[in-house]
Amino acid sequence: MSLVPSGLRIRRPGRLAAEATALAVALVVAFPLYWMVLSAFKPAGEIQSTDARPWTLSPSLDSFRRVFEQEEFGRYFVNSLVVAVSVVVASSLIAFLAATAVTRFRFRLRTTLLIMFLVAQMVPIEALTIPLFFLMRDFGQLNTLGSLILPHIAFSLPFAIWMLRGFVKAVPEALEEAAYIDGASRTRFLWQILFPLVFPGLVATSVFSFISTWNDFLFAKSFIISDTSQSTLPMALLVFFKPDENDWGGIMAGSTVMTVPVLVFFVLVQRRLVSGLGGAVKD
Amino acid sequence: MATPAHDTVTGTGRSGVPAPRKAPAARPAPGRTRRGAGRRGGGWTPWLYLAPALVVLAALLVYPIYQLGLISFLEYTQAQVSGGEPTSFQGLGNYRTLFSDSQFWQVLLATVGFAAACVLATLAVGCALAVLLTRIRAVPRLVLMLAALGAWATPAITGSTVWVFLFDPDFGPVNKVLGLGDFSWTYGRWSAFALVLLEVVWCSFPFVMVTVYAGIRAIPGEVLEAAALDGASQWRVWRSVMAPMLRPILVVVVIQSIIWDFKVFTQIYVMTGGGGIAGQNLVLNVYAYQKAFASSEYSLGSAIGVVMLLILLAVTLVYLRLLRRQGEEI
Repeated sequence: MSLVPSGLRIRRPGRLAAEATALAVALVVAFPLYWMVLSAFKPAGEIQSTDARPWTLSPSLDSFRRVFEQEEFGRYFVNSLVVAVSVVVASSLIAFLAATAVTRFRFRLRTTLLIMFLVAQMVPIEALTIPLFFLMRDFGQLNTLGSLILPHIAFSLPFAIWMLRGFVKAVPEALEEAAYIDGASRTRFLWQILFPLVFPGLVATSVFSFISTWNDFLFAKSFIISDTSQSTLPMALLVFFKPDENDWGGIMAGSTVMTVPVLVFFVLVQRRLVSGLGGAVKD
Repeated sequence: MATPAHDTVTGTGRSGVPAPRKAPAARPAPGRTRRGAGRRGGGWTPWLYLAPALVVLAALLVYPIYQLGLISFLEYTQAQVSGGEPTSFQGLGNYRTLFSDSQFWQVLLATVGFAAACVLATLAVGCALAVLLTRIRAVPRLVLMLAALGAWATPAITGSTVWVFLFDPDFGPVNKVLGLGDFSWTYGRWSAFALVLLEVVWCSFPFVMVTVYAGIRAIPGEVLEAAALDGASQWRVWRSVMAPMLRPILVVVVIQSIIWDFKVFTQIYVMTGGGGIAGQNLVLNVYAYQKAFASSEYSLGSAIGVVMLLILLAVTLVYLRLLRRQGEEI
């Protein structure tokens, strides 16, 4: 993979201007996150001051303390994590199997299925809140984490299958034949050869299912109606919005706690993500 | 571009809605012969592999869609939900109610306009920065990439709260820097939409930027070098070499953005407090939610959901045709 397409080499002043622009953009893009973390550490007095300063001389953990004491925030955090991890693991495995089926076998309805997966990606999940609400109610799943996990598995699948397809396709067929000649069973090939080879693709796919699940606000708001011990982080954040005066310190501290894990996850898989997207779109 | 002649060639009917829908089902046959039917069929194995996915999708996607359609034809309010009253079939009654409500049309128009603005802004920013990324050295590139990843990783709800706080009339830094005094961004209709738009662009341009950048990097260096040796200008290289090679990626990001921005919920809900003053900032998604869960008009909410589904289905069909025209094998 060439680093910079060499045909695009440009003269020095042009490049310096481009780099200055890039850094300025980076600054603007990162500023909201900086402000969020900063405000989380500001003492209450400074937050409520109309003289907003981009630094603080007396950082305090008060807001974080308030967040973790009020409303079992730690529990919400664990709930969010359980939901997101379950969805990532389940949808990755299911999507891996399905992607293998549609790329390495030719069978009737294959193309139809692929088109259906594509169409399914486009379904606005938010529009399904009402029927899903009744479905969860009928199965006694309201107020449980299951009511958040199951729909998100379903919604991550079509995209995951579509994306993994490119990775499964990229594994040479000769490898598969060689494995069979060496006496490997289909199952063995699937899990011991194909799975490790496709793993980088699974990572890229997981990022998307993790994000969409971790972000979920609508389902958490609609399906967890009375048992707040089953709530997830987005709902916990709303507690700090008050009709008279928002507790901005609490909101920013909660937001920080909610964002940092995803951020860490992203930075960790950053390289895989970029090459993964490249791999999926190159096809 | 699309011409009727092209359609006749590929055998896609074009009269009315049902024809294009049927087309995909009719596709496998030519597709298979082209790729050669000699490859493994695998007997039941592919279906075994597909079974978990199909079960989950049938139960949690297909069935709910069916239910959504069904509820939209029934009378379904609090009385029916709590089990007291029997449901009654309304035919198109709910849709009639919806379509004769001027607020619905206003919300629909706002949704389309808002989504279009978001898509255009996201694409412009994302593509421009992707090109920029290819022209800078590793360190500034990493800095911009990390900043973008940060915005991308930020959950919608935290992004919403942070942006509202940044633009807070009393405590936010933006008004102070811009000298706007205590101007309230969420009070006016347009300024509230503008604020949400900024947040949406902020959190969705990274996807476009990273994807397009990955695509540019995947273009073999020799191709660009050859173009440069032949004396092609920068613009010419972009237009005649890069853009055509990037088209599949551009299609993906455009479609993803349309779909994504058309169904924005969290940002509007959180930033404008459930749809703005007197519902001035409602979009279809929030409107459906308010109808269903706040006023217990489940059937009206479902009807709105069906309308959204149909609009996005239309976008999907356009996407499928684009894919097929590019000759991509599915």
